[in-house]
Amino acid sequence: MKFERYGIGIAKGMALTFKHLFRPPITVQYPEEKLHTSKRIRGNELVWFPDRCTGCGTCTKACPQGNIQLMTHKDDDNKYIVDKFEVDTGRCIFCGLCVESCPYDALAMGLNYECAKYRRRDLVLTKENLSISTDHQPSAYYRPQFEAKLPAQSLLLYNREIGGQKLKFIPLSTRKRGPGA
Amino acid sequence: MNLLDQFKIWLVSMGWPGWAAYLVPAITGIVVIIAFVLTVVIVFIWWERRFLGRFQIRTGPNRCGPEGIFQPIATAVKILLKEDIVPEKADKILHFLAPIVVFVPILMLFAVIPLSEGAILVDLNVGAVYVIAISSISILGIFMAAWASANKYSLISGMRAIAQMVSYELPVVLSLVGVAIVAGSFSMIKIVETQNIPYVFLQPLGFIIFFLGALAEMNRCPFDLLEADSEIVAGYHIEYSGMKFAMFYLGEYGVALAYAGVITTLFLGGWQGPLLPPILWFLIKVMLVFSLIVWMRATLPRLRVDQLMSFAWKGMLPMAVINLILIAIEVLIIPHSLQWAMVMLNFALAAVLILLFSRLFTLGGGRVEV
Repeated sequence: MKFERYGIGIAKGMALTFKHLFRPPITVQYPEEKLHTSKRIRGNELVWFPDRCTGCGTCTKACPQGNIQLMTHKDDDNKYIVDKFEVDTGRCIFCGLCVESCPYDALAMGLNYECAKYRRRDLVLTKENLSISTDHQPSAYYRPQFEAKLPAQSLLLYNREIGGQKLKFIPLSTRKRGPGA
Repeated sequence: MNLLDQFKIWLVSMGWPGWAAYLVPAITGIVVIIAFVLTVVIVFIWWERRFLGRFQIRTGPNRCGPEGIFQPIATAVKILLKEDIVPEKADKILHFLAPIVVFVPILMLFAVIPLSEGAILVDLNVGAVYVIAISSISILGIFMAAWASANKYSLISGMRAIAQMVSYELPVVLSLVGVAIVAGSFSMIKIVETQNIPYVFLQPLGFIIFFLGALAEMNRCPFDLLEADSEIVAGYHIEYSGMKFAMFYLGEYGVALAYAGVITTLFLGGWQGPLLPPILWFLIKVMLVFSLIVWMRATLPRLRVDQLMSFAWKGMLPMAVINLILIAIEVLIIPHSLQWAMVMLNFALAAVLILLFSRLFTLGGGRVEV
């Protein structure tokens, strides 16, 4: 006698949902808990390395939006000094052509993905905003030299806490925080 | 003698006039019942969301207050602040009356549900019949809402509601009669007091039939055809917003609470239980029944309309009739001291009957026979 035909399927389903009670929730509680994005994300804001930049203006020519404003003057050694380097992220399409075109590796894409601002004028990023700093780190897009230092991607994967398919339950307060937190 | 009668006698002994000694306990009882219903409904809404979330490996609402306990209050405030929209083609009077007709009978149900020893508004000698009679009225409100909205989807939902109600009323009543035969009374107090062994053990088949029928009558999953979100959007309350929608929403959980209370009273031994105070036992049992309902909602998909009908008429109705006849014969033959034998016999009979009738619902061989 096959019990499959006698409503045992319902019992199986009920048992399955009952087992779910003892699994940790897979919900990511976003503002407190942030996951690591891809290492090669073309994230928000360029990261600009002032030491390496020669002010050649290749990036401004590469930008399909004409979005990068660069103003320079010559100093005594006949070198360019950058007076103004501005990007309007409201118009940026994150194509990464400026990063690819830079002959001196002085530009990289950022890791940030939280781009919302309250004022439109806040979207215009100046030299100071774009320069590399502790909370403004480059991603590995077209810059593989940064890749080793970045944390592994945990977005959409189950290796949030441990490898493989299993999620170990770790209280929220002791969880490792993502780059933005 | 229930608590309200004692209150009345005490008022008379304090020298109150007769009409006041009658009115004050009555109004007190009504206020207490309404407060009880609204409080437990708020807890139910929170518990359903959290518990359903856990079944689906989510967390559920957890932002509003500790463990999200204030989420239902936030929802209520949101709903009450919404604009009350009445469709142009709607039947204005019926559209206004329908939420009231849905909600009031559900409150009236609590008049005969004993929350604790003596904590009952009226101990009717036909309490169980009263439950069946009153709970059928709210389906009229649902149909009024469906018709008055002047909306095709809500009308389909109303038709489904009537069909579902007519089909599932019969097995529910028949399984309830089985309880009444064993208890020897329709009075809810007597039914509770006779349950030395809870009737869920004494007549498991009756419990299953009553539970499923009650699920269908309170329009919960897997019988929530009249609110089928994926087919008819929200069914009968599609054209309702604001306070009127809140009445439907309250009514939905109110009827779940009422039926959980009725099932507790009829099958789970009501307020009876060791150690803890009776009201706590009642609440624990009600929460258990409601958790079972949520569990079923988390697991089972919605039935099709024809499956719903055939399940009622081909499955539950014959089973309820057979169950009733068997219970009646057992009560005649088996002496009261041999109730444990009746328990085992009934479990065996329930298993055999369910196996037999589940053959009617096998899907296979390329043919769908339901």
